[in-house]
Amino acid sequence: MSALFEIKNLRKSFGENLVLDDVSIDFPAQSATVIIGASGSGKSTLMRCMNLLEELNDGQINLDGIDISAYGTDIDSVRGQIGSVFQAFNLFPHLTVVDNITLAPRLVHGVKKDVADKNARALLQRFGLADKADEFPNLLSGGQQQRVAIIRAVATNPKLLLLDEVTSALDPVLIAEVLTLISELKREGMTMVIATHEMGFAKKIADSVVFLHKGRVHESGTPDAIFGSPKTQELKDFLSALHQAGRL
Amino acid sequence: MTYQPSALQLQREAAKRRASRRSTLIALSSTLAVGFLLVLVITGAQGYEMVKNSFFNWHYAKQAMPSVFHGLLLNLRVLIIAEFFVLLLGLLIAIARTTTSPVLYPVRLVATIYTDLFRGLPLLLVLLLVGLGIPGLRISWIPNSAVVLGTVALVLTYSAYVAEVIRAGIEGVNPTQRQAARALGLTQSQTLEHVVLPQAFRNVTPPLLNDLVSLQKDSGLISVLGAVDAIRAAGIQTAQSFNFTPYLVAGALFVLLTIPLTRFTDWLTRKQDARQRAQGQW
Ligand SMILES: Nc1ncnc2c1ncn2[C@@H]1O[C@H](COP(=O)(O)OP(=O)(O)O)[C@@H](O)[C@H]1O
Ligand SMILES: [Mg+2]
Repeated sequence: MSALFEIKNLRKSFGENLVLDDVSIDFPAQSATVIIGASGSGKSTLMRCMNLLEELNDGQINLDGIDISAYGTDIDSVRGQIGSVFQAFNLFPHLTVVDNITLAPRLVHGVKKDVADKNARALLQRFGLADKADEFPNLLSGGQQQRVAIIRAVATNPKLLLLDEVTSALDPVLIAEVLTLISELKREGMTMVIATHEMGFAKKIADSVVFLHKGRVHESGTPDAIFGSPKTQELKDFLSALHQAGRL
Repeated sequence: MTYQPSALQLQREAAKRRASRRSTLIALSSTLAVGFLLVLVITGAQGYEMVKNSFFNWHYAKQAMPSVFHGLLLNLRVLIIAEFFVLLLGLLIAIARTTTSPVLYPVRLVATIYTDLFRGLPLLLVLLLVGLGIPGLRISWIPNSAVVLGTVALVLTYSAYVAEVIRAGIEGVNPTQRQAARALGLTQSQTLEHVVLPQAFRNVTPPLLNDLVSLQKDSGLISVLGAVDAIRAAGIQTAQSFNFTPYLVAGALFVLLTIPLTRFTDWLTRKQDARQRAQGQW
């Protein structure tokens, strides 16, 4: 039985700069995988490869057993099945919160406007943002914006949710509300990949942790193994650096 | 307990009122002084009586009004049609210039040459080349009406300007917006239509409307091809009476024609500035 999402021997370089080197990771259904690693270790590039925003230089990516990295894949349809949220709140400033959320369901998945609207409002209601439904994004706090971005990403019922440092631009109080939302999605069975520096959160939510170092999977395992008994010196150094920065 | 402004605040507000009263007074008196001086200089000029008679003659103004106004209706028709095609063509060229796919290189090249060419050529020259050159080719299916060819010339020139304005708007949209849309599964064209263009147009509405105001008045240039628009109609009147007042009448009508759009542009610009300040983007 293969995992829901598989990366096999992925290689990605920008010119001379080899950013991802022979990376292989399995993402089982309903699991949360946390990617950790120093800045520049390739976390964002890995995620951008996963939703095909970057072209691979080698290797293979399978979604539900289908090779989505194959030449001629309908990239738009693949992306429609993968939700992604980036560090900057890329909400569309000219659309209200509801319209931000319904854009992809309507255009990509052919959901009727009134149905999409109702679903969006129900999601906002569930995550405590009902009163922001008709606001424009610039009137929302950073935490609210990021929560809307996450809701927008899951409104299409994606098979996989990619979260790339979604709390990096937020202050601690706002971070908490975003992390709560992510934990709820996890409870509901969303398969997710999370790049984060919030190690406390990583310990709690992760089913497995992958430590990227110099573009390679340097160490991986359960949160207990990775945080409790790191094997390699590089991971120990990384964790103690985080410790000193007060992140652990 | 209701709020009572402190003495300090009252003092500050009083000072502000005094300052604003003073600047109003200064503005008023300087305007009056300049106006008075102008009247003195102009009415005191040697040729004043002559100019007054040949440019500001009420009798001729009334006489010219109907035909000049009738001509203006032609300008109005021309500029509405021209504005439509200018926006359409300008949009297409701007989209062509902002594509990145290597396959579309020829399209980009053509669009670039087009904008370079028609932004550089004086409008008068384009009017003459199109208006006199094309009929000279004697191709039977091409209309040789001055109105049609004049409109074509206006569209050629102004779509180049408008394309550049729209292109600036498209390039001003943050690339992360495009990526966010693509990550949601929107296609290239859906991304352009629903995410990029709405933001692009919003960014460039004021300069865009400025170009349209400019197009409105330049629609008067089709008279050089012999189309009987407001200016040509005024010219015909002038030739009969040897009095230049009809030109002034045409000028006044053109100003009236453009004022609504210029005021609208000003209003919109101020509104956008205010909104951006509110967003703390400045
Ligand atoms: N579009 C790009 N072009 C060139 N180099 C890039 C690009 N994106 C990322 N890189 C490089 O790839 C490396 C990994 O970056 P990134 O994936 O953003 O790391 P992380 O998210 O772990 O901080 C860095 O050296 C970065 O400079
Ligand atoms: Mg990153």
